[in-house]
Amino acid sequence: MSKEAKFCPGCGYPVVLRFLHTILKDKKLDKKTALGLDIGCSLLAWDALPINTFQTHHGRVVPTMVGLNRAKPELLSIALVGDGGAYAIGLQSLLWAAMRNDPILVVVVNNTVYAMTGGQMAPTTMVGQKTDTSPAGSDQPAVLGPEMIRGLSPKAYLARAAVNDIKQLNEYLNKAIDTCQSSNFALVEVLSFCPTNWRTKGAETNERVEEMKRVFKVGEF
Amino acid sequence: MKTDKKQFMTGAEVVVRACVDAGAKMMFGYPITPGTEILSHWIREAQVNKDLKYLQTEDEIAAGFCVCGAVLAGEKTFTATAGPGTVLMQDALSMADGMRLPVVVIIVQRGGPSSGTVIYSQQEVNLAIHGGNGEGLRLVYSPSNLTELYEYTRLAFNNAWKYNFPAVVLSDGFLMKTRQLVDLGFKIKNFSAEPIISENTQKNIRNIYTFEEELGEKLARDKKDFEKMADEVVKVVSYKVVGCEILIVAHGIVAGAAKEAVDILQSQGKKVGLFRPITLSPFSAKELNDLARQVKKIWVVESSMGQLRDLVKQNLDVSVEIDGLYKPAEGIGSDEIVKLFESF
Repeated sequence: MSKEAKFCPGCGYPVVLRFLHTILKDKKLDKKTALGLDIGCSLLAWDALPINTFQTHHGRVVPTMVGLNRAKPELLSIALVGDGGAYAIGLQSLLWAAMRNDPILVVVVNNTVYAMTGGQMAPTTMVGQKTDTSPAGSDQPAVLGPEMIRGLSPKAYLARAAVNDIKQLNEYLNKAIDTCQSSNFALVEVLSFCPTNWRTKGAETNERVEEMKRVFKVGEF
Repeated sequence: MKTDKKQFMTGAEVVVRACVDAGAKMMFGYPITPGTEILSHWIREAQVNKDLKYLQTEDEIAAGFCVCGAVLAGEKTFTATAGPGTVLMQDALSMADGMRLPVVVIIVQRGGPSSGTVIYSQQEVNLAIHGGNGEGLRLVYSPSNLTELYEYTRLAFNNAWKYNFPAVVLSDGFLMKTRQLVDLGFKIKNFSAEPIISENTQKNIRNIYTFEEELGEKLARDKKDFEKMADEVVKVVSYKVVGCEILIVAHGIVAGAAKEAVDILQSQGKKVGLFRPITLSPFSAKELNDLARQVKKIWVVESSMGQLRDLVKQNLDVSVEIDGLYKPAEGIGSDEIVKLFESF
């Protein structure tokens, strides 16, 4: 990474960014990539990497990258977005990008909360999970993004990885980029750490991601 | 399309022709009356002209952000919308305000608030200029007829890309559906579109700032650039104003009716002139104030409850009586304007 990270200590975003950047360099795509960011913690990546990067609005990074890709298909269009941006406010555009098979890569960082605003309930908040806006525990099943999109987008590459298994994360991101390069939609959801809002330390944070894996199955779909 | 300089065309056909001639290659849109035909004509044109691309998006929000994305890649791109769609378009326009993106939006005003009517109004002036969560440094053109619609759409593209501000062409349902003999002889060299993001750049662009002062400094620079642009792009028509005592202020197609009314009124010996801002933003404050010093009264005539009047008041630094004819979402004919001055 080119600059000092602005993320909280222990955040999962820098892990995702570091691997993404390494893969892009390995594939010699770092100069041929446009990285769009949603709003939320994703925006902190605006100057994290020495590749073309820009911020958009909440829930709007996917349509922005659709437009960019249609104007300039030679650039690899990547949308980095949180769970709220992808599955709540931006869901309509996400589903349509997938259904149209727009060849963009959407990386969804799932930490089960709205982290930038202080840990409110998100579409991925798990049943029973307490947040500022679900003090009695969420009673709504978490949104399962890749599973939801599977039936809508036959050619899409859809996978879920976790920041505590970097081998798998690396493999899925690689395959997802290859999918975009062959003109198809790809989405990789990444189960990520948020010790600040989870109020967890060290091993507890990792433990929480393992808990998440029981709700959000990792793998390819 | 034929290449004759004068043709019978509808407003929607004129917009498409102007966008093509301006070098636009893509349109993203969502159907909404009375602007839908711009999208359908563009798509029809794209069946013949294979350089043209398009996407009917899932909503106006997506259309606006797709335009932002395409513009970042250096493609002259636009969208068209109306009424409630203009409300939704503010999300993307606000990003264009913040990131100085040369986004072009054709707004086809319909009656409001809410679904209102699908016909006509001049009620989207505030949205066109000030619809974002900021001050709205946007170029806004208000054409009176189809020849002007052609010219100002061309200028909207050129000046958006030259000065890096979003541009709106503010039309209405009447103008879009009417068919007139249109003069397409407007000569202007197209300003070239350069990509903001490409293989040859390595940019890190943000639209959110950590410190108050950082944003303050950015906005001060933007305002300075906007004011510099204003000197070069402001457009206004002062019609038969020499010696006038009453100044009608009107824009868009109402200004067309007002011009006719001024002809009639002056033939009756009445000292009534017309001030017509063509760029509603930036606004021609100097010309307005020069005229305001000379006249006894300003009469604002518009198809809204006073959006143009408010714009006039914001720009006046002279004390002058203001009266008006405000007919939100209803057309205004020259006869009605003439009648206003029966006892004058």
